Amino acid sequence: MTDLIVLAISCILINNILLAQYLGNCPFLGTSKKMETAVGMAMAVVFVLVLAGVITWIVDTFILKRWDLEYLRTIAFILVIASLVQFVEMFLKKSIPALYAGLGIFLPLITTNCAVMGVCLINIKEEYNFIQALVASFAYAAGFGLALILFAGVRERILLARVPRPLQDTSIGLITAGILSLVFFAFKGMV
Amino acid sequence: MLEATLVMLAIGGVCGLVLSIASKIFYVYEDPRIAEVEGFLAGANCGGCGYAGCSAAAAAVVAGKAPPSICMVAGLESAIKVAEIMGLDPGSAEPMKSVNECLGGVRADDKYFYNGAPACAALAALWGGRRVCTIGCLGLGDCIRACRFDAIEMGPEGYPVVDEARCVGCGVCEKVCPKNIITVRTMSQRLLHFNEEDDALAPCRQTCPAEIDIPKYIGQIREGDYEGAVHTIRERNPLLLTCGRVCPHPCEDYCRRGIVDEPVSINQLKRFVADYEMNSGKRLPIPCAPETDKKVAVVGGGPAGLSCAYFLRRLGHRVTIFDAMPELGGIARYGIPEYRLPARVLDWEIQGILDLGIEARCNNKLGRDFTIASLRREGFDAIFLGIGAWSDYRLRVEGEDLDGCWQGIKFLSKVAAGEKVKVGPRAAVIGGGNSAIDCVRTLVRLGVREVYLVYRRTRKEMPANEVEIEAAEHEGIKFIFLAAPVRVIGDENGRVTHLEYQKMELGEPDASGRRRPVPIEGSETLLEVETVITAIGQRPDVSFVEKDPDLAKLKVTRWNTIDNDPETLQTSIAYIFTAGDAATGASLVVDAIGGGRRAARSIHQYLNGEPVKGSPKSLRKRHIPESLFDDVPGVVRSKRTPMPELPVEQRLDSMVEVDLVISEKDALYESGRCLSCCRLCYNRETEQQENQGAGQDGSSEDAGRELEEATA
Ligand SMILES: Cc1cc2nc3c(=O)[nH]c(=O)nc-3n(C[C@H](O)[C@H](O)[C@H](O)COP(=O)(O)OP(=O)(O)OC[C@H]3O[C@@H](n4cnc5c(N)ncnc54)[C@H](O)[C@@H]3O)c2cc1C
Ligand code: SF4
Repeated sequence: MTDLIVLAISCILINNILLAQYLGNCPFLGTSKKMETAVGMAMAVVFVLVLAGVITWIVDTFILKRWDLEYLRTIAFILVIASLVQFVEMFLKKSIPALYAGLGIFLPLITTNCAVMGVCLINIKEEYNFIQALVASFAYAAGFGLALILFAGVRERILLARVPRPLQDTSIGLITAGILSLVFFAFKGMV
Repeated sequence: MLEATLVMLAIGGVCGLVLSIASKIFYVYEDPRIAEVEGFLAGANCGGCGYAGCSAAAAAVVAGKAPPSICMVAGLESAIKVAEIMGLDPGSAEPMKSVNECLGGVRADDKYFYNGAPACAALAALWGGRRVCTIGCLGLGDCIRACRFDAIEMGPEGYPVVDEARCVGCGVCEKVCPKNIITVRTMSQRLLHFNEEDDALAPCRQTCPAEIDIPKYIGQIREGDYEGAVHTIRERNPLLLTCGRVCPHPCEDYCRRGIVDEPVSINQLKRFVADYEMNSGKRLPIPCAPETDKKVAVVGGGPAGLSCAYFLRRLGHRVTIFDAMPELGGIARYGIPEYRLPARVLDWEIQGILDLGIEARCNNKLGRDFTIASLRREGFDAIFLGIGAWSDYRLRVEGEDLDGCWQGIKFLSKVAAGEKVKVGPRAAVIGGGNSAIDCVRTLVRLGVREVYLVYRRTRKEMPANEVEIEAAEHEGIKFIFLAAPVRVIGDENGRVTHLEYQKMELGEPDASGRRRPVPIEGSETLLEVETVITAIGQRPDVSFVEKDPDLAKLKVTRWNTIDNDPETLQTSIAYIFTAGDAATGASLVVDAIGGGRRAARSIHQYLNGEPVKGSPKSLRKRHIPESLFDDVPGVVRSKRTPMPELPVEQRLDSMVEVDLVISEKDALYESGRCLSCCRLCYNRETEQQENQGAGQDGSSEDAGRELEEATA
């Protein structure tokens, strides 16, 4: 149990997917201008990442590993994740329209998100078992959400600040992201 | 290999199967228009529109949350198609285009003097651009690098040139330009832009009541692009032939060239290109925004009404002009005489405006032939009142209604309408303004032998334009200064025989700073004349207000002008707007034109259901102090092109136009005199540095200061 908690903490804070591993930077910059969007995106990522983490783990363990086809991992994962997202989108639209209204528009954006892909590959590389893969996927996604929401909060405040014109928008966004990333470095060595 | 292919096929097959089954099971009805709309979007999923991908954008369009022109990549055609699907008026599909406001001034060779900061943004942050004016193109091409559609390139003059055909209006160039120089707007937005504190404005352009981009059109003339110059003027002023002839050009008083030698002859250049278009035999096309279904009634077809109608039409609205007189033009037709502004020229100009698709109903007077209620019943959504100031002030002396007495506007409009007016061999005109001068010069042309101009103060205080006074002097008018009429004397038949006036002397200065004339006791003098014209000013005739119950709430000031919000020109009744002499009291043609455009902007907002408000940083003829630099080093003195005029002997017995247009050679010479103020970026600084002889070091101190400014 403690192992799993340690794993979760390290995935959320120490190896934060956005700020320590630098994956998924386009939604990080793209959907962080408004808190509302950031929250929607964070939830969508949690949702998709947990599902994708689990499914890809199953595909890898029971199909690819069994027939020694690890070299097909990347392409197989892309296919699986893309179909999965499509499927989830359709499912939500029909069955849980309220959730769809909140997440729906973000789902297609995550289809080809490198953070999702990255976590699935990390799960395999670290040779997690099923439970670990589940926890890690959730924790990475939570870390993604945490960083995104923090960042959106900062960016909303920046809107009120007087930023020199040449540094406005994405430029100041990148600087802020850099500082946030430095902050997360403080967690290094915690576990 | 075979294995791998089979496995991938299998995975793919399973995924496909699951998805296709899912799509059956989880089918939800979706507005088919969403897919249709999405088909016309670029499919780049770039998010540039602010939505998460193209389908989200399409959904937003169908939900009515986004305009059809939302996709910044797909361009105009797609916007029109999308608008079609949505059955929307394509008005909102007007394309955005990037325009570089700064067409480069006199650019120094030392542009790359600032080694190490090859980007505009960096330069602006570090040095504030090292220029005198706070605005002006830095020419290092940040916008060129930013544009993803290759629509901007560095022109031969060293400033970026936009290729309109390629520009999709995405707005990146505007974002990266640190100087507010390159802007991305629709034509309508451009037409409605008013001078603002942060704009790149030459002193002359700040002064012009119509806010014409003067250095730009002068620059275009210099390059021989006369059509471009006409377009530039028409963005702000539809009456260029008229203004080119009668405008007293307040802009020239602020011309920086005037510090060294003489101001650039701005108005003659305007007239030159305006006449060039008219004489070329064809009209340059004037683009209008897509039609809307809004109707506006413009009451009064003078300069203010014509300008307002012109801009509203270009914004896509349907406009009808109502005028009391048989023909449009207002004072420009019925006040300003033929020898200054020939009717033929005015006709050509007005026809061009009506050709945009504006209906004109002449001989239709508000209060006599129609009312506000009847306009509303006809379906007009907004009303513009540009009825001018047509009621002459009266002298209030004995005998002013005798046979042979006239009032300025009545007299001039009768002559202009071609009616026969009976005047004696001797005439006196009372007043010192432009109308008085117009009256005396008209009288001379009607064959009156002796024409007197009787004015209370001295020549120095005359409000008329200097050139007009000089012309009157050349034409042999006799000026009687410091004279106040006390009585008009008639014979037993009631015909005027004399004007009695009292001599005056100048006393203490009054509130206006002019020395007040005081009468000299016992100095009454008789002047033998058969005709007396009073031209001492006019005010609006607002008699229709009382008669019209719908106008009960319309506020009228104590000068009889219609009260309005000075920024939006909206009156106390929300759907009525007013500008020109009706709102300001007797003023200038160019003021009326500027007012007409400002009113058009507010009316446009009103029709679109937006709050009617002015632009927050609007200058309204105020000046930006730091742009009025007071030395212009390095200017070689050159003479101002004189106004060519008809010799006096040829002009006196006819109404032929007196002032002539300058030749092409002179126009090119005169346009070369313009200093392109507020576009000149580097020269002045270099000069300073050379004087200091210190190069980069010498300027480090103010670099620090400017850095502070840039970040403050
Ligand atoms: C003699 C004279 C000379 C001038 N010379 C110059 C000059 O050289 N340069 C310069 O810049 N300015 C000059 N001005 C000033 C300039 O002409 C005016 O400022 C300008 O014309 C005002 O335009 P406007 O549209 O507000 O009004 P106007 O030109 O007066 O037009 C008002 C229009 O409204 C119509 N109208 C009035 N009442 C009604 C009604 N009840 N119903 C329907 N229609 C109505 C009139 O018929 C007229 O067509 C001169 C003015 C005068 C009197
Ligand atoms: S020199 Fe040219 S730009 Fe400068 S004030 Fe005169 S006309 Fe305007």
